[in-house]
Amino acid sequence: MAKIGVFIETDKDEVKKTNFGAITAALDGGKNEVVALLMGVDANSAQETLAAYGAQKIVQVTVDSADLTASPDLQARALADAIQHFALEGLIGLASARGRDVFARLSAFLNVTLASDCVGINFEDKTVRKSHFSGKTIATIKLNSDLLLCALRPNAIEAQKALADSQVESYAASVDAPGLVKVLEVKKGDTAKMDLTEADVIITGGRPIDAAENYKMLEECAELLGAAVGASRAAVDAGFAPHSMQVGQTGKTVSPRLYIGCGLSGSVQHFAGMKTSKVIVAINTDKDAPIFQKCDYGIIGDMFEVVPVLTEILREQTGQ
Amino acid sequence: MQIYVCVKHVPDTAATITVVGEAGYNDTACKFIINPYDEYAVEEAVQRVEKAGSGEVVVVTVGPEAAVSTMRAAMAMGAHRGIHVKVEGQFLDSTLTSLALKAAIEQDGTPNIIFTGRNAVDTEGFQTQYRLAAAMNLPVVSEVVNLEINDGQAIVQREVGGGTRETLEMKLPCIIGATKGLNEPRYPKFPDIMKAKKKELKEIDFDQLGLDTSVDQTELLKLEAVPERSSAQIMQGSVREQVNELVRILTEKDKVL
Repeated sequence: MAKIGVFIETDKDEVKKTNFGAITAALDGGKNEVVALLMGVDANSAQETLAAYGAQKIVQVTVDSADLTASPDLQARALADAIQHFALEGLIGLASARGRDVFARLSAFLNVTLASDCVGINFEDKTVRKSHFSGKTIATIKLNSDLLLCALRPNAIEAQKALADSQVESYAASVDAPGLVKVLEVKKGDTAKMDLTEADVIITGGRPIDAAENYKMLEECAELLGAAVGASRAAVDAGFAPHSMQVGQTGKTVSPRLYIGCGLSGSVQHFAGMKTSKVIVAINTDKDAPIFQKCDYGIIGDMFEVVPVLTEILREQTGQ
Repeated sequence: MQIYVCVKHVPDTAATITVVGEAGYNDTACKFIINPYDEYAVEEAVQRVEKAGSGEVVVVTVGPEAAVSTMRAAMAMGAHRGIHVKVEGQFLDSTLTSLALKAAIEQDGTPNIIFTGRNAVDTEGFQTQYRLAAAMNLPVVSEVVNLEINDGQAIVQREVGGGTRETLEMKLPCIIGATKGLNEPRYPKFPDIMKAKKKELKEIDFDQLGLDTSVDQTELLKLEAVPERSSAQIMQGSVREQVNELVRILTEKDKVL
């Protein structure tokens, strides 16, 4: 049995639910012992949620006389110290914007191999599976360091409940150098909007959406679906949506269980960002659009006619 | 200002990748381009030097012989010269790549800023810039969408999900991983392309750098093509009938609603 750490990401003091899949991965069907590492939030408040997925130890990592959230370098160094203190054989996390950053800093600091954006881990032979060439191939990579560092694509591994007896602990890490990078300000985005990489369901509008205000139509539908709203590169470049909404190459990589693309042609670059979605639905007026050749279900029709009907049907079903 | 830009030569994102053997691919069958994120890095470096009216932009590439075309593309965008560390193949481990970049840069001069892209679109590793920073003991921020330089400090912004933006500060010299939003990369004009062909390009063999290759490395064991989904099941009937059928399938068959 290996002792594996999971770096838990939080948002507004809440544990992000995409962490649960990382715990499931770390647990490896009960073969490993999981230590959850949290920063900047109260471990007690997270105990119940994390233990429900199998975390046996829940540790709040702090640093004396420094605010860990004020420097990503400090976070990486504190994690390095915690890994040693708890004798962890691996650390798993999420390949979110924050996770990618912290894991890269940590691996560079420790001179340990790292694979980011993985869709699978094999603890026995220390291999991971991850995308190469914009999702066109999957690579199996062996990580040759003693410590296994791996950041998983959010939602790539399905979370499974596995209630564990858990203990909460606090650990004051010792960090010998100040961070070289300082956080000056964090400006929260629109809080009503769900983070794309976290979303279970995504509905995306392409270039034919034709105006920024038309995304309202998708937002209404998204609310009933519990979905986040995305945009294609063409729609972003046309100024209809901010870059933070862009899915695909030069945008976000997502892996929801349901992806609904409205007015998308289905470019390789777009698919690079959403190919690992479980089910892909396309709505497009052009029956010859390439997207219909590589998705699961299609409606040949105008999104401005189809989406309002979808919203209406969902509303009838949910009785809202 | 002395700026180095690390650029990778990668298969076009639209290229078909044909897997050959256990872990290889047919690189003669696809077109290669400058890594798309590195274009933001080159553009930012060139704009900085143009604005300052002095300084130099040096492109540094660790890659095969053919990577020269990518380096010339960066020079056509305005980089002044290039250093090519020649290696065989596409899959050099990121630690070795960062050590080669460090050696090539340090042999050449003293950087004020080193730009990279946020990741390469072939191996999607997201780490070389961090390893370079650790090896050179420099601060690094990646996925940067905005950069200001004042009094030897770089103030950068990055997006951390859900539209949240972080502003960070670090001292120069520093390393910046560029991404979309930082600028609008230019399309080189014909005279610039011609001029780029005459710019200085220094070649170094990887083995000449005398690097310690006993460091921990990742190993590519296998490469598999991801099968595309087959054609979609197209809904039939009126709009309402089609949507009803879709909702029924997603709820009952796929259980994703």
